[in-house]
Amino acid sequence: MPKDGIGASVKRKEDYRFITGQGAYTDDIDRPGQTYAVFVRSPHAHARIASVDTSAAAAMPGVVKILTGADYAADGLGGLPCGWQVTGKDGPMVEPPHPPLAADRVRHVGDQLAVVIANSAAEARDAAEAVAVEYEPLAAAASIDAALSPGAPQVHDEAPGNLCYDWELGDKADVDAAFAGAHHVTRVELVNNRLVPNAMEPRAAVAEYDRATREYTLYTTSQNPHVIRLLMGAFVLQLPEHRLRVVAPDVGGGFGSKIFHYAEEAILTWAAGKVARPIKWTAERAESFVTDAHGRDHVTVAELALDADGKFLGLKVDTRANMGAYLSTFAPCVPTYLYATLLAGQYTTPKIWCGVQAVFTHTVPVDAYRGAGRPEATFVVERIVETAAHEMGIDPAELRRRNFVPPDAFPYQTPVALVYDSGDYEGTLAAALADADYNGFAARRTEAEARGKLRGIGLSAYIEACGIAPSAVVGSLGARAGLYECGEVRVHPTGSVTFFTGTHSHGQGHETTFAQIIAERLGVDIDAVEVVHGDTSKIPFGMGTYGSRSLAVGGSALSRALDKVETKAKRIAAHLMEASEADIEFADGQFTVAGTDKSVGFGDVALTAYVPHNYPIEELEPGLDETAYYDPANFTFPAGCHVCEVEIDPDTGAVEIVNFAASDDFGNVINPMIVEGQVHGGIVQGVGQALLEGCVYGDDGQLATGSYMDYTMPRADDVPSFTVSTRTTPCPHNPLGAKGCGEAGAIAAPAAVMNAVHHALASRGVSRIDMPATPARVWQALNA
Amino acid sequence: MPTVNMNVNGEAVSGEVESRTLLVQFLRETLRLTGTHVGCDTSQCGACVVHVNGVSAKSCTMLAVQCEGADVTTIEGLADGDALHPMQEAFRDNHGLQCGFCTPGMIMSALDLANRNSAPSEQEVRDWLEGNICRCTGYHNIVKSIMAGARAMAAGQGG
Ligand code: FES
Ligand code: FES
Repeated sequence: MPKDGIGASVKRKEDYRFITGQGAYTDDIDRPGQTYAVFVRSPHAHARIASVDTSAAAAMPGVVKILTGADYAADGLGGLPCGWQVTGKDGPMVEPPHPPLAADRVRHVGDQLAVVIANSAAEARDAAEAVAVEYEPLAAAASIDAALSPGAPQVHDEAPGNLCYDWELGDKADVDAAFAGAHHVTRVELVNNRLVPNAMEPRAAVAEYDRATREYTLYTTSQNPHVIRLLMGAFVLQLPEHRLRVVAPDVGGGFGSKIFHYAEEAILTWAAGKVARPIKWTAERAESFVTDAHGRDHVTVAELALDADGKFLGLKVDTRANMGAYLSTFAPCVPTYLYATLLAGQYTTPKIWCGVQAVFTHTVPVDAYRGAGRPEATFVVERIVETAAHEMGIDPAELRRRNFVPPDAFPYQTPVALVYDSGDYEGTLAAALADADYNGFAARRTEAEARGKLRGIGLSAYIEACGIAPSAVVGSLGARAGLYECGEVRVHPTGSVTFFTGTHSHGQGHETTFAQIIAERLGVDIDAVEVVHGDTSKIPFGMGTYGSRSLAVGGSALSRALDKVETKAKRIAAHLMEASEADIEFADGQFTVAGTDKSVGFGDVALTAYVPHNYPIEELEPGLDETAYYDPANFTFPAGCHVCEVEIDPDTGAVEIVNFAASDDFGNVINPMIVEGQVHGGIVQGVGQALLEGCVYGDDGQLATGSYMDYTMPRADDVPSFTVSTRTTPCPHNPLGAKGCGEAGAIAAPAAVMNAVHHALASRGVSRIDMPATPARVWQALNA
Repeated sequence: MPTVNMNVNGEAVSGEVESRTLLVQFLRETLRLTGTHVGCDTSQCGACVVHVNGVSAKSCTMLAVQCEGADVTTIEGLADGDALHPMQEAFRDNHGLQCGFCTPGMIMSALDLANRNSAPSEQEVRDWLEGNICRCTGYHNIVKSIMAGARAMAAGQGG
């Protein structure tokens, strides 16, 4: 194996430019003659737009153009499309129009209704403040409860009662029958708190129009530029793909929030055609808070039926999910197909029913955020399992063991549609318990009590469905696109390699991981490999990066393209060595003829492919450049166990994480260093959700947590270092055996932390505390 | 419009600015030093940290005109040609960055700590990073990087 091949913790190739300040993020791009856009946004959660007067603003210094919702409507262009359709009990979901610039009604604080374009950002900002908008404020429904209450203000006329859909999975009567025979039923009420993704790079875009070629270019902070090109080109602006280039350069984190097609992208591109100068827009953080799609926001009641031995008999889950004011690109699938289908967790629960009501509110749209549906499912399953264990007096680890899908049961068909591919749940549980010194907990608790501290330990044995996704399956579920991936391996004449991938790296390290796979397979030096992503003019196609899919799906496309390269290179090598193709072997960059000492190097074969003087030209085309599209056979199912130990100061309510151990099964691992980094980051996002972060709207729909002064981001002194490890059961259905690791931490951690918090507080009679378990909440619960 | 003169990464620079122009805008827009980032509008995230007269400062929270005559160092000024600064090396060696957006501010902030404390403990590093937010790494590897970088800097000076 080359030293930089599969399994090595290779230092990242991309780091040099980032640590020297040479990264090229969207806001770093300046185009000649560039103008600047500032959006006029609603300060009201709900209002009728009586009039928009731009005359004073248009006369201000430096103003180039002002465009309003009326201008957009006059051009007869499309609204922002939704990529998934969910069909509920009463038919298809309600899918109200989503105009990129509001013309008659605004539906959340931050809803945009006009754009001011000026020679400088400061001039654009000054003029935007001078746009006179007359609003007629209307009553708002700012929460799920408010939106579902009788007589609630309507977000959309098309959606009576603010219901987007009422959906269910499973046979309720069947599950009720299972409950009838239960020895014990555990019931929990849970709030999955609304979060703001907060990638550190605010969203930004630069759009330009070339009059000579009639080509539009959009630079944007996106996780999936081809998807943006397709949605914006075909559905919104009606521009053909061959005249629309979308580039997502270096992107400063996404976590889901940069998947979606946002209004600003379409408006900038549209406006660039009108002003014929490049236009840049960069969100201020305050703007990000009210325009980036938020995450989570579920309210759930769940019941688990158990027999006398603690075997799970059935699970009932009733969830209401906030969609916000409009349907964002992936939104409808998050609380349904990415949520209810994971409610079996790691267990053999035979009967499961889940009902989901998706609700419109006068808030920012809610969509996929790191984990997307799967953290919510894990939170339900792992909170109720842990609660049941304590109620029945069974050790929580033991209760889980009694119900695990056993290692020999794979492929395992769950009652909620999925077929788990492989796993060893007892193995990851045992490893995490050992790393957490689970058996030593009682002594640590006694010691903490002596110091006046409350100590608790909590488990979270999560599972996720990743490697999104088999196109036919998701098509039948309502996806309006296929979810395959594309990769092109271009071998150059001297044997160096450029790999073009349809996935996008915004922190995940693809430039290194994919290069390792190529170095391993072709025996080339890792420095002779370049990975290119994020530009629709360079890459054939791509569905982008989300759902921990890049390695499992994008890496598999790479693997298939490498197969094609190897097959063709072997034919060339056979010709060069005058041997039969069947006798050619390839290892460590050398082609050999079996049973002889003949050999030829990969570089020589590459040169021959491009300088075909001695070449089987009648049978084989010159060149060594292969493309593959890979459509996965199934989801992948990363799983594992996270154990959190907390200490609570009863005088202040402050929760300190004193230990956190994670054992994860991500299938085969290409770069352990990168995988560990993904787990660390995910855990802290999960800890943030559990202890710190929470998006708060007032009843009037004003966002109370609209800055880092009010929305508590996890900081270095809020968390400890972590003990993380992996155990591998390879994915049996993709060529790399990889399952994906990007979301596990954010999926597992909230339940582990909250189980620990509840465990610590139980001795003081506290039975329910919602996320985020802030000092104030904990103190109030202790002193209620 | 006022003119401002300062030394940036060892070079004398001057430019016309509005009185409201922030140091970070002057660096990014006038000088095109785009390694210094803007992650917030409330002085909370530290993506914008540079050194002004040798100590870390949030360049989003200073006016350009306040830096008249000052020595300013940005992330672009750390490496000596191709030779990386030990703190930069430490971030790469310890996987102290993912998307890289917070990284320039983290490194500049870390340098200020290392200049004051050549062997900071884990807790000292975590406390020092109060003003820097990273959404990607969970801080684990940033803390490791800074401890290693500070040691490397001290070793370099000693030897
Ligand atoms: S940009 Fe956030 S603190 Fe300066
Ligand atoms: S590495 Fe992405 S914010 Fe820190």
